[in-house]
Amino acid sequence: MELLGLSLLMVGVFVGFGLLIGTLFGFFGMGGSFLVTPALLVLGYPSTVAVGSGLAFVFGTSVIGALRHRDHGQVDYKLAAIMTAAMTAGIELGKSVVFFLEATGMADLVINVSYVGLLALVGLFTLRDAWTDESDDESGASLDLAERVQAIEIPPMVTFRGDVRVSGVIVAAIGLVIGVLSGFLGVGGGFLLMPAMMYGLGIPAAIAVGTDILQITISGAFGAFTYAQSGAVALPVVAFLLVGSALGARIGAGATNLVDEDEIKGYFAAMLLAGSLAVATNKLGNIYGIAALNTVSTVLIFGAAFLVSGAVVLAAVCRLRSNASSTWCRLTTS
Amino acid sequence: MLGLETLSGPLQAVGTVGVVLAEALALYVGYGALSHLAQSTILTTVRGD
Repeated sequence: MELLGLSLLMVGVFVGFGLLIGTLFGFFGMGGSFLVTPALLVLGYPSTVAVGSGLAFVFGTSVIGALRHRDHGQVDYKLAAIMTAAMTAGIELGKSVVFFLEATGMADLVINVSYVGLLALVGLFTLRDAWTDESDDESGASLDLAERVQAIEIPPMVTFRGDVRVSGVIVAAIGLVIGVLSGFLGVGGGFLLMPAMMYGLGIPAAIAVGTDILQITISGAFGAFTYAQSGAVALPVVAFLLVGSALGARIGAGATNLVDEDEIKGYFAAMLLAGSLAVATNKLGNIYGIAALNTVSTVLIFGAAFLVSGAVVLAAVCRLRSNASSTWCRLTTS
Repeated sequence: MLGLETLSGPLQAVGTVGVVLAEALALYVGYGALSHLAQSTILTTVRGD
């Protein structure tokens, strides 16, 4: 029996995988295309269809995530508008860099090394922040950085939700830099935007996630539109992924109200580091033709996604049951 | 799917984005209604009351 041209097994795989990603997306505001595109490549879809379908899926999931966060009052439209405008300009600049590198024949090498390096850098930064929070509550490096940024008085000063007052010029500059990196690396930018808002500007975690998701909705729609023009979106795949992710995004967004993100920050850092390692092993596997490295890459991506989404759900259940001292619940405090 | 492949590039793209948006909104409303109905039962079960 088939549904929309897919076997029931594949329907189950896509709905289950969507549930996993939706949970991560709803909670952290990232983890969409970075997980879906490699998964579709592993399943044998052509790279343009994998990227196009990944973007269409990210668009659909982020619509649901943004609506959920809006319901919880966790979206700052002013911040989203400034970031979107600055990132759009930055993406165009980033694309120019890619075309320049392509002309020199160094595009693949530079892009792959930058992608691996950035994922690892953000992962290590988050990991250090998680450890600092545990040992030294309010004097963490991230707080110092945000305070220093907020102390710079370049007009116009803008006040965001959570009573955060920052120079609009600095916000636009951060958006521009992330846009350049996003256009350069060909990724949504969620894994850069969310930490930048939290650690760089001092925006409260829940509002940073909600605003990040709204921005991803806009860029995801544009990306999906671009790929759909050449028919590079597998709608049945996107449809079943969405059935799972819509539920997952609801669970993930609901969990942000129950779970203190600091509790599972270490898992988030581990997912970024695993992603970095996965991209590196995948590229090495392709270059040297070692299939085992590609398998390691796949296991790392899916394993990390499964582990972290499991930690989010478990932490939320522990909060509801008020038994944080049980063995399973202690595992969620990384 | 849904005859979208018969349309020209930009129209096909608008149709594809529209279908994804419509499904996302339908799922948002559908799961919202479902969770509204089942919320207390689920919370009671999870809390183990």
